[in-house]
Amino acid sequence: MPFKRVQLGIALEALTPFLAVIAALLVGAVMLLALQANPIEAYAALFNGAFGSPNSIADSAVKAVPLLFIALGTCIAFRGGVTNIGGEGQLIMGAIAGTAVGLSIPDGPALLVVPLALLAGFLAGGVWGGLAGLLKAQFRVNEILSTIMLNSIAVYLMNFLLRGPMLDPAQFSSASRIPQTDRLSQAFLLARLVPTRLHLGALIAVALAILVWVLLWRTTIGYRIRAVGHNPDAARYAGIHVSRYIVLAMALSGALGGLGGAVQVFGVTYRMFTDGSAAGFTSSAGFNGIVAALFGQLHPLGAIPAAFFFGALLVGANKLQRIVQVPTALITTLNGLVVIFVVSADLWRRNRARHREMQQLVETKNTTSVPPAASPELTRENP
Amino acid sequence: MIADLLTFQVLIGILSAGIAHATPYLFAGLGETFGQRSGVLNLGVEGQMLMGAYAAFTVTLFTGSVWFGLLAAMAVGALMGLGMAFISVTLKAEQGISGIGVYLFGLGLSDLLYQKTVGAIKSVDGFQPLFIPGVSDSLNPFVHAIAEIFVNHDALVFIAFALVPISAFVLNRTTLGLKIRAAGQNPQAADTLGVSVVRIRYFTVILGGLLSGVAGASLSIGLIKSFQQNMTAGLGFIAVALVYFGAWRPTGVLLGALVFSMVNALQSWVQVKGIPIPSDIAVMMPYVLTIVALIFAVQRVQQPAALTKIFERGEQ
Repeated sequence: MPFKRVQLGIALEALTPFLAVIAALLVGAVMLLALQANPIEAYAALFNGAFGSPNSIADSAVKAVPLLFIALGTCIAFRGGVTNIGGEGQLIMGAIAGTAVGLSIPDGPALLVVPLALLAGFLAGGVWGGLAGLLKAQFRVNEILSTIMLNSIAVYLMNFLLRGPMLDPAQFSSASRIPQTDRLSQAFLLARLVPTRLHLGALIAVALAILVWVLLWRTTIGYRIRAVGHNPDAARYAGIHVSRYIVLAMALSGALGGLGGAVQVFGVTYRMFTDGSAAGFTSSAGFNGIVAALFGQLHPLGAIPAAFFFGALLVGANKLQRIVQVPTALITTLNGLVVIFVVSADLWRRNRARHREMQQLVETKNTTSVPPAASPELTRENP
Repeated sequence: MIADLLTFQVLIGILSAGIAHATPYLFAGLGETFGQRSGVLNLGVEGQMLMGAYAAFTVTLFTGSVWFGLLAAMAVGALMGLGMAFISVTLKAEQGISGIGVYLFGLGLSDLLYQKTVGAIKSVDGFQPLFIPGVSDSLNPFVHAIAEIFVNHDALVFIAFALVPISAFVLNRTTLGLKIRAAGQNPQAADTLGVSVVRIRYFTVILGGLLSGVAGASLSIGLIKSFQQNMTAGLGFIAVALVYFGAWRPTGVLLGALVFSMVNALQSWVQVKGIPIPSDIAVMMPYVLTIVALIFAVQRVQQPAALTKIFERGEQ
């Protein structure tokens, strides 16, 4: 009997992200009713738009790729105790660097230029994230604030470059001067996997998810990043150079975002463009990727299905808008609710962990050793 | 060359715009100051502002009364604040991330509701600038300058500036302020002294939401007199940064808000005048300035000791 209860509890704990999504969809249903739309019809349209055909499934996966890059970066940062919400800026900086490399060597061999461009994106994102890490480690500047500022700076830098130095030569002479770069050489475009829009970037992202898992749980560096995230003071006493690992976690996190930006250009858009805002290029992947990471319980492998799910939501939203005339902004609203519900469920997790601890205390009452406090992995007491 | 373009008239324009546009930063920043002094980092300000801006605009559009619009913004903002308080105080969720959730929620919902209830681009008359006969329309260049800079603003601008000394007084000179500061500095000790940390934090976060709503209204029915999707464009996040910049003091927030909005006004003047600084680089400057300012601000003072820390009775 108690055994069963424990199992049920563990199952529920593992299911909290799903419960959060279900709760968000229920709130969404109420909102749809308020907007005089039939929720069942609406969600059917959403599902159909996301999974209705091989093409729509592929589109969902394509949408998921930048989300996965950001989610992986979020896993590293959050596990390392730093709150990186600079995904938008890191995507943009990576895309700028990758595009610049691709456009400056238009006739080079693709096998050389494309990896070089992706590396440039990785490094640019790493610098952008690392800068926030350095500001935190050296000057105690809150990384949430600095990454938000760096997002805006990246957007204006993009606007400046795309309206001037990197402007498409064809647009230069035309009157409209649409702010976009030249198109990349045909040879540089990432290979399509199947006859859909799905591109090689998806494989890169999935491979990286495994690499990030290895990094975090199978290497000393990863162990130290997590140790700093779990308890910086204890990590410091253990001889870990805390500030170095804060910078490293932020830089790696940003680098994955930057790589995601470069992959987006080489795999989907083939050029950079701007409508003046961040979302014009990123479609808010920098924020939605964080939602996916939380949904994946900050686990790199969990991030894969999570990113796919949120990619599918975004693709399905377009169909939702066409069929029941509900703006796609509904999905942004629901994403916000998912975040709120997932982090709110942490209290329940903590209480359960404490409950287990107390139970252990009671059970080992008459022995000499008291078991060490089992802290839940996901709780981040020291953000 | 720059001296030639920076005429007396331009200077008046920059100062006047700088004061008027400090309004949203002041409302949101002062509200956030209360929250942070009590130990809660509310990162949802941007979402609360967007909802406030939407509510104020729509109610003003349909009723024709800016005051009803303002009330609606206050109510919606306070409601969003109540939500944030419930999440961060009662459910004890991680404050930074849940704030991002509140932001996304407000960003999406304000857009969704606007498309469904208004749809097209519309504008309202909104709050009108104060007009004192004989002063506002004075021909005397000196009086004219004073009027332009200090007098010809709408009611929300005056309320925002009046809130600075009021907030400072409440925080520093009243029992309530002492309780707020105690909750943010040492909630456990405050609790043993009989201060209800939970109630205090609820109060400050709801107040912060209310003021964020007003900040949104000061855009949609004050400065811009129109609503559009994501119209705050990061302004709420900057307001949070200004609280750090202002070292958690209302006067510091005032200074930050003025510096930030003056630089913005100067920057738009640089653009209009076609001075050879690319406009995108010019708009970038306030953000660079904020980061630099944060570096210096953080060295000067300690943040409230319990900021972002979850309060649980009986835990140290």
